[in-house]
Parts: sequence; C-alpha cells; structure tokens
Amino acid sequence: MDRTPYGFLLVAAGGFLGAVARHAVDAGVAGVLTVAPSGDRLIALGGVPPGAGTLVANVVGSFALGLLLTRASSDRVRLLVGTGALSSFTTYSTFVADAVALGTTAGAGYVAGSYAAGFAAAALGLAVGRRRR
Amino acid sequence: MSVSPLLATALVGVGGALGAAGRHAVGLRIEGRRSVLLVNALGSLALGAVSAAPIGSAATLLFGVGFCGAFTTFSSFAVGAVRTASETGVRAAATLAASNLAAALAAFVLGSSLAVAVAG
Repeated sequence: MDRTPYGFLLVAAGGFLGAVARHAVDAGVAGVLTVAPSGDRLIALGGVPPGAGTLVANVVGSFALGLLLTRASSDRVRLLVGTGALSSFTTYSTFVADAVALGTTAGAGYVAGSYAAGFAAAALGLAVGRRRR
Repeated sequence: MSVSPLLATALVGVGGALGAAGRHAVGLRIEGRRSVLLVNALGSLALGAVSAAPIGSAATLLFGVGFCGAFTTFSSFAVGAVRTASETGVRAAATLAASNLAAALAAFVLGSSLAVAVAG
C-alpha cells in the first residue's frame, strides 16, 4: 500500500488538507491576537508574534498524531490522516524560520516552549490512544 | 501583487500535497527517525532560500507555506522523540531533539545566505 500510486495519492490528498488547515489556523490565531473585544467593539492589539499559529498547529497536530498512530485501523487511514494530513498540518521548517525571526532570546524560549508542549502533547496522544476503548 | 483567498488556499494546498508526497518518498527509502531529520533539514534549507529570495507572495504560498511547510513535520518528530525516550532512553531522545534543531537551523541559515548571494 505505502509504495503504490494509491498510497501516494492518499498522502498527497491528506497533505493538501493539512497544509490548508495549517494556513487557516495561522490566519485565525493572527486574527485573535490582532484584535480583542472591548465593550461593543474590537480594539487593535500590539500585533502578532511570529510563530503563534505554528505553535498551536504543532501542539494540536502532535497530540492528534500520537492518538492516530495507536488507533489507526488501516494503512489507508494511516497514510491519509497520519503521513498526509497531520504531518503536513505540523511543520518544522516554519518553526525554525519563526525561531530565527524572534531573535536569540525569544527564539530560544519559543523553541523550548514548542518542544515541551509538543512532546507533552505527543506523549498524551499516545497514552490516550493506548487506553482500553 | 496580492493573492485572493481562494487562490491562496489552492496554492498552499497544492504545495502541501507535493510536499507530503515528497516526504513520503523519502520515508520509503530511509528508516523512520533519520528520514524525519533529513526532510526537516532539507525543507528548512529550502524555506531559508524561499524566505530570503524576492519571489513574490504567490510563490511564497506555494513553495514556502505549502511545500516546505508540509515536506517538514513537527508531529512525526515529536512522536518519534517520545517513542525514543521510552524505548531507548531520555538521552537518545535528547540527542534526536537537539540534532533536528541544529540541522534545521544551520540549513535554514545556509539557505537564506545562498539566496541572498544569488539574488543580491
């Protein structure tokens, strides 16, 4: 299954959805951090720190992948949702770009925070997935 | 040039589909955690170049957000690190975590410098 054209098609279809969802989360988080409700209107906040949306996607995706890999019922689901969607929903290259953009001190904090939250989320996903149904 | 939301979605999605398929192809040839390290370094090199080169917003959405974003992965890396910690030990997991970061950071900086050198 993994090496067949159908396997690649499943991964690509999942990749399409995962990347679009990541882009939407990025825009959504930016929207939330840019304006805040104040009485009956929205006020502008100071701006969006680089990496906010990526952090959310990476943590949520790590939890979901841990869960999926312990529960996936078939190769088809693993390729479409795991290798395709969830792996593409999360990203390492943008994470590194954001860390560089933040500068040394904030960047180091961003990396440490992403690692801590991402590993905890993956461990939690694996643990929840292994529990008896 | 500004990109409409629909076109932006299509560009990110097509780039993501190609990036995921490319990552899968690497994963079929190289054992799990090493292949994640390799795609994360290669994708960061490419993103470094994409972010430093004056290629416009449509190409950035396709190659940067879509392709490089999906070719590299944080979730497979995080699950791999957690599994390494429980199977091999915390020290091996820490080595894996640090080597991903070092390789991707170095690759990103190299990619940016190359793009600046070529474009500039």
